Amino acid sequence: MELAVDAKVSNPGGTIMRPGQPQLYLRSVAKGFANGTVALENVNLTVRQGDFLSLLGPSGCGKSTALRLIAGLSTPTSGMIDWRGPAMGKNDIGFVFQEPTLMPWATVFNNVWLPLRLQGVSRAKAEPKVAEMLERVGLTGFETAMPRELSGGMKMRVSIARGLVTRPRVLLMDEPFAALDEITRFQLNHDLLSVWEQERFTVIFVTHSVFESVFLSSRIVIMAARPGRVFEEIDVNAPYPRDDSFRTSPEYGALCRRTSDILGQAMHANVVSRENA
Amino acid sequence: MSAVESHEQPIAIDAEEASRLRNERLERVGRWLFPLLIMAAAILAWDRICVWNEIPRYILPRPGEVLATLFQDAGILFSALAVTLRITFLSLALAVIGGVGLAILFTQSKWVEMSFFPFAVILQVTPIVAIFPLINIYVDDQTTKLLLCAWIVAFFPILSNTTLGLNSVDRNLLDLFKLNGANRWQTLWHLRLPASMPYFLGGLKIAGGLSLIGAVVAEFVAGASGQNSGLASRIIEAGYRLNAPRLFAALILISFTGIVIFLVLSWISHLILRRWHESALRRDH
Repeated sequence: MELAVDAKVSNPGGTIMRPGQPQLYLRSVAKGFANGTVALENVNLTVRQGDFLSLLGPSGCGKSTALRLIAGLSTPTSGMIDWRGPAMGKNDIGFVFQEPTLMPWATVFNNVWLPLRLQGVSRAKAEPKVAEMLERVGLTGFETAMPRELSGGMKMRVSIARGLVTRPRVLLMDEPFAALDEITRFQLNHDLLSVWEQERFTVIFVTHSVFESVFLSSRIVIMAARPGRVFEEIDVNAPYPRDDSFRTSPEYGALCRRTSDILGQAMHANVVSRENA
Repeated sequence: MSAVESHEQPIAIDAEEASRLRNERLERVGRWLFPLLIMAAAILAWDRICVWNEIPRYILPRPGEVLATLFQDAGILFSALAVTLRITFLSLALAVIGGVGLAILFTQSKWVEMSFFPFAVILQVTPIVAIFPLINIYVDDQTTKLLLCAWIVAFFPILSNTTLGLNSVDRNLLDLFKLNGANRWQTLWHLRLPASMPYFLGGLKIAGGLSLIGAVVAEFVAGASGQNSGLASRIIEAGYRLNAPRLFAALILISFTGIVIFLVLSWISHLILRRWHESALRRDH
């Protein structure tokens, strides 16, 4: 079932994002573990080029598992992760974890350089790319800083720069801002969007925050737990660029309410299915 | 963030802060002063006990006499120290190579680790003094004997610490390396080795002391003598001759060497870790 939430946004200058070509299909994907946990069951999903897709759901709904399957860090028990278009190489997937996951012994520059370095790109060759990425995330001048000298938000910016430095076609983000305070999170949401708006890579963003998913996404996939499954998809038809005025607009409020309601149903469905069992 | 508060700011310091600062200053001085005072008191007590009880010099020499012997016998003692130090550092170097090498081998495959780690434990828990007679039978060369002994004692902390360190890698970072197509060698060089550094350095500090102990113990049981003998032989010799002042002087030289080795290794460890590791951080409050 698809449910489009039409938002009448009074922003004539903005552009409504046109979904591109299908880039990735999840076809009847299931993942079970040896201890009997069914993390995902019959997940079907289409991701289009340039989507900002959020996976939203309660903990235990398998959203992080889905992300690991898409990244190729884990293989599905059954079903298919079906990429379309040119074959996916090492450079084509960026991953941002919940924690900044930086190497504490390496400078900011060396942390961002890492994905290129692992592919044999020399420091000199990597320099302009790293510098550009650091500039995008607002960390120019911090090249020689060590991770422990940075705040939580800045560490996360380094992590994002590292995820993007190979110019991936898909950026996978696993609750990247969950551990940050709200002010920092808003700022990072905003900055992430502006990078994405310029580049239009595909983002698959795992979150448990309704507000964050509505603010960022072009599409939200709501998942239910036990077993993890897709419950509902919502198109967020609000134009980009989105800024603070979007965050305070009635449309945003309406979208959040709508999303929240469906998330509530997803969690209720879960309770009902458990009671029936 | 990285801004440092300048102390020049004319901020009024309240009573609580003032007393905290005072305590900090006292602590800084006291850290050195109190141990030194206690040490001086102990040496004085030692001296007085010798004098008051009229203890003969071959039982317990006065501290002044020990110090004098240290200078008088400097030629004999320091050449012996050089022999002991050579064994100590050679065995420490071999312990580092062997310990780290084996640890790297262990982390390449869980099976290798599971199969061979118990043997390292057996080697470690069996007292070296009990193994030595065997080594004595199988090995002819004196230096090799001593090295082997000191190595057996010193390599285990490096092996076990480094193995632990190589395995204590952030799982997400491992995933990131995998995602970027890193090979085994790259993962080792860019991830596992740096991550294991604090553990390795902790093991190295322990091994430094142990290799000295190993060198001395090995020499004791080997009963080396002649021009090739180290401090342990001098101690045994002095014991036979009831030359207590020289015995004490040699003893002091050994513990002093141990302290210096520990300080040097701590300093190296600090230099390597100071920019990133929690253990090297200065607490601000």
